[in-house]
Amino acid sequence: MRILLKMTWIELKLFVREPVTMVFTFALPLIFLFVLGGVFQNIPSEEFRDAKPMDYYTPAYVGLVIASIGLVGLPIHFAKYRERGVLRRFRASPIHLWSIFGAQVLVSLIIASVGGILLVVVSMIAFDVRFPESPALVVAAFVPSVVAFAAIGILLGALLPTTRAAQGLGLILFIVMLMLSGAGPPPELMSEAMEKTGQTMPLFYVIRLIQDPWLGYGWDWDSFLILIGVTVVAALASLRLFRWE
Amino acid sequence: MKKIIEVEHLRKVYGATVAVDDVSFEVVEGEIFGLLGPNGAGKTTTVECLQGLRRPDAGKLRVLGLDPQSDGRELRRRIGSQLQDSALPDRMRVWEALDLFSSFMPNSPDWRITMDQWGLTEKRRSSLSRLSGGQRQRLFVALALANNPKVIFLDEMTSGLDPAARHTAWDLIRAIRDRGTTVVMVTHFMDEAERLCDRLGIVDSGRLTALDTPQGLISTYAGQVRVVFSTEHADLSWLQGVPHVSRVNRHGPRVEVEGTGPVLARVAAALVERGVVPTDLRLEQPSLEDVFLSITGHTIQD
Ligand SMILES: Nc1ncnc2c1ncn2[C@@H]1O[C@H](COP(=O)(O)OP(=O)(O)OP(=O)(O)O)[C@@H](O)[C@H]1O
Ligand SMILES: [Mg+2]
Repeated sequence: MRILLKMTWIELKLFVREPVTMVFTFALPLIFLFVLGGVFQNIPSEEFRDAKPMDYYTPAYVGLVIASIGLVGLPIHFAKYRERGVLRRFRASPIHLWSIFGAQVLVSLIIASVGGILLVVVSMIAFDVRFPESPALVVAAFVPSVVAFAAIGILLGALLPTTRAAQGLGLILFIVMLMLSGAGPPPELMSEAMEKTGQTMPLFYVIRLIQDPWLGYGWDWDSFLILIGVTVVAALASLRLFRWE
Repeated sequence: MKKIIEVEHLRKVYGATVAVDDVSFEVVEGEIFGLLGPNGAGKTTTVECLQGLRRPDAGKLRVLGLDPQSDGRELRRRIGSQLQDSALPDRMRVWEALDLFSSFMPNSPDWRITMDQWGLTEKRRSSLSRLSGGQRQRLFVALALANNPKVIFLDEMTSGLDPAARHTAWDLIRAIRDRGTTVVMVTHFMDEAERLCDRLGIVDSGRLTALDTPQGLISTYAGQVRVVFSTEHADLSWLQGVPHVSRVNRHGPRVEVEGTGPVLARVAAALVERGVVPTDLRLEQPSLEDVFLSITGHTIQD
């Protein structure tokens, strides 16, 4: 436990010292917010689950913060560690793989919280987004969402051998999920095939899980259970498939 | 003497390359055991198999009574590792690395003392990317000591260190040994092997070709001493006839006489008798370099 907390603290400091990653993680969702914020008239509409567009998109962009950590940040982090020989050094020490993974999950939670709060505050100020209907449920939805994407990120980090591979595949996955999972065009405007594809992606369920209590539709058990399943499968696969070098 | 490490018929193959071929040896408690050999000889592969970082293809390994493959994690709690090829994040600070690595074990010694001994206190707040090669190297040795290990593995510990830092490192390693830690080290520096190791194995092309104390190796494999001097005298053929002389080589004014036992006294007496009085007469003891050459047929560089 002590080792886990120490690793987490050091990793957090390392994250803060890496400006490029920080900007990507925190600024990208804000850019989306401002670009798309001007596109729609901010009146409730059916396409946006009877909500105002920005009330619909703000929780979806919280999902983007989470997805960018899991699909881009973590895979690159692990690939870099592997390429540089950092994983080799950890492997030769008594530290357990669980502590290495656990520290990444905790760091992801902290970063995602900061990024999420930043995004929500900005969109409340700039686009007059309303406060969530059920704030406690939104927070409750946020945690398993981050954990699920951290597990996906660790799995990608375990599988992708080089930084280049991680950058390439991570970004592609991120963009595809972003377009199809509810953070891009509203589902009503997508073709049936696009909508079906979107529903195979974990980000879809993250956005659902956060958006439902935000807009006052309550807790979505289906999405919650799907994300738990994703977490368990990704964690087990990571432990089995992890490559130190 | 308690055996700390037992290696029997270790073999490791990478594709068509036989990296380690039927290597067997033992390391006893409290010694500095060295492996000396040229690039690609299989030294790193051998010690990394011992640390459970590579899987041997054949052979039986015991380190502190544990099997490095099946009890890897337990083993790594009790050993210290300085790997030839590893790193930590660039933006990590020196003190953070030491603090982290000493938190891995509950009974770790105070890392500030280790930091001081290895001359890193001044750099404690530097990030790793700002360290010089030698400072980095010293940090990684200090990290290997952070969990108070029973055995420490050092792979090319002094590469990148300047002469003063190397001598300090040797002293510190001796001090570690004197406190009861067994040291297994890999090197391709002859002087380091000769001065630091209690016992030394010579590795060449994956095979352990000789194993003894450095002095034992020298007297077994390079028994001949050399008497060296310079003179302008043209004819020295009579030197061949002096007792204990086995060979005379001449390169211009420089003369090298190889021989055994009291060859120096004999040569000196004979020279004086013939009126040759060189001012630079001296004895060259054979070194590990000669041992290496006589065992492997090449120098360590090729
Ligand atoms: N991971 C690997 N994959 C393929 N071949 C390898 C690998 N590691 C080592 N080898 C090969 O095995 C042989 C022994 O390598 P090793 O690193 O053990 O040598 P070494 O004695 O430590 O050399 P050096 O002094 O250069 O560090 C070399 O021929 C090397 O090319
Ligand atoms: Mg080596």
